Amino acid sequence: MDLELMINSLPKLLNAAVITLKLLSVSLIIGLFIGLFFAILRLNKNIFINRFAYGYSYVFRGTPLLVQIFIIYFGLGQIEYLRSTILWSILKEPYWCAIIAFALNTGAYTSEILRSAFQTIKPGIIEAGKSLGISNKVIFYKIQIPIAIRQSLPAYGNEIILMMKGTSLASTVTIMDLTGVAKYIISTTFKPIEVFIVAGGIYLFMTFIIHNVIKFLEKKYSFN
Amino acid sequence: MELLAFGDTGWGDELFRATLMTIAVSISAMIIGFLFALIFTPLKLSKNKFLNFIANSYTTIIRGVPELLVIYLFFFGGTGAVMFVASIFGYNEYIEINAFITGAFAIGIISGAYSTEVFRGAIQSIDKGQFEAANVLGLNKFGKFFKIILPQTLRLAIPNLSNVWQITLKDTSLISVTGLVEIMRQSYIAAGSTRDPLFFYSFAAVLYLLLTFVSMKLINRLEVKYSRGY
Repeated sequence: MDLELMINSLPKLLNAAVITLKLLSVSLIIGLFIGLFFAILRLNKNIFINRFAYGYSYVFRGTPLLVQIFIIYFGLGQIEYLRSTILWSILKEPYWCAIIAFALNTGAYTSEILRSAFQTIKPGIIEAGKSLGISNKVIFYKIQIPIAIRQSLPAYGNEIILMMKGTSLASTVTIMDLTGVAKYIISTTFKPIEVFIVAGGIYLFMTFIIHNVIKFLEKKYSFN
Repeated sequence: MELLAFGDTGWGDELFRATLMTIAVSISAMIIGFLFALIFTPLKLSKNKFLNFIANSYTTIIRGVPELLVIYLFFFGGTGAVMFVASIFGYNEYIEINAFITGAFAIGIISGAYSTEVFRGAIQSIDKGQFEAANVLGLNKFGKFFKIILPQTLRLAIPNLSNVWQITLKDTSLISVTGLVEIMRQSYIAAGSTRDPLFFYSFAAVLYLLLTFVSMKLINRLEVKYSRGY
């Protein structure tokens, strides 16, 4: 055990953890909107819209995140037309490519979580709203969405943790996040166990925090 | 389409072999994972606090740390660990472990943590009466486990195990960083030499979709088989 290396690498790894958290939070926020959008499409009665939304979530859940990042980072740059548009200023940055991939990926999982949450809402609740003369729009925003959020909290908490682990793939497209820096230190010092303990410890700490925040929210929004 | 031709001109045969490699690694990892689950599930269910602690640390650490980090640990640390063990037995030469074994082991340990949770959940959701009935019938420990508990556990566990299989299958793409030529690595090589990354990575995505689709169909059949009588 090389304690000195562990202590010396801690500040570097903590700095890198900030990048991991940034990647995570930005992609979660964008992913939440994507997820909500596709969950609403899934509830649509039009079979084409429905199929389209299902196809999206099937493709992004059925392929590895690594493939998705590589297609966006290496693949899209190949299209000549894209290079001339304003989109290129975003797509040439590995940081934004990673975020787009993460957001689309977590969006697919989030849409499934929200869809099942919407579908498990008891029809009686909606009927109660209707009988009180509340408009459909208000029922959706004030009754269905809050209940769906409550229902989907545990599953969404898992998704946040999975996504946090997913951000480690950003290191494959040259971003120096926590895993990227850990790999760099390992490959220069050849002390994998020490670095793993420190980096893994930071990840575990973040998992722990997320887990407890979700637990707190679950309690706060529980029905009784 | 020329890019996918078999033989020297295209990448068809290489990608086909890479797909077989992905399947082989996934299955090996899944089996290694089952072995880990076989050890850790009883520890999780045991009444001994210490054994509980060991099993909980295993599942918590593995499920809380990115797969890629675990793979780097094995990739960079595997050789050292094996050489250390060998040196205890007086063997001091350089040993190189092949990428397949490292990869299957790393993914297997990850998949084992998920499988452990699945089996624990399944065993815990079996009705207490079943255990009691087995006791009343005078079955011994083995009979109780293999004839009564295991068949019911499998029925309850299969849907969740199919999720574990999906996760495992997708995780194997990460061992491409160690140089094992599976779908991802082969696509990387092909994309590099033809300068057509969009095509090859999209094709890799299609291959993965195909693998998940086919395996879901097969698992559904298993599910039907094990739910006979329900």
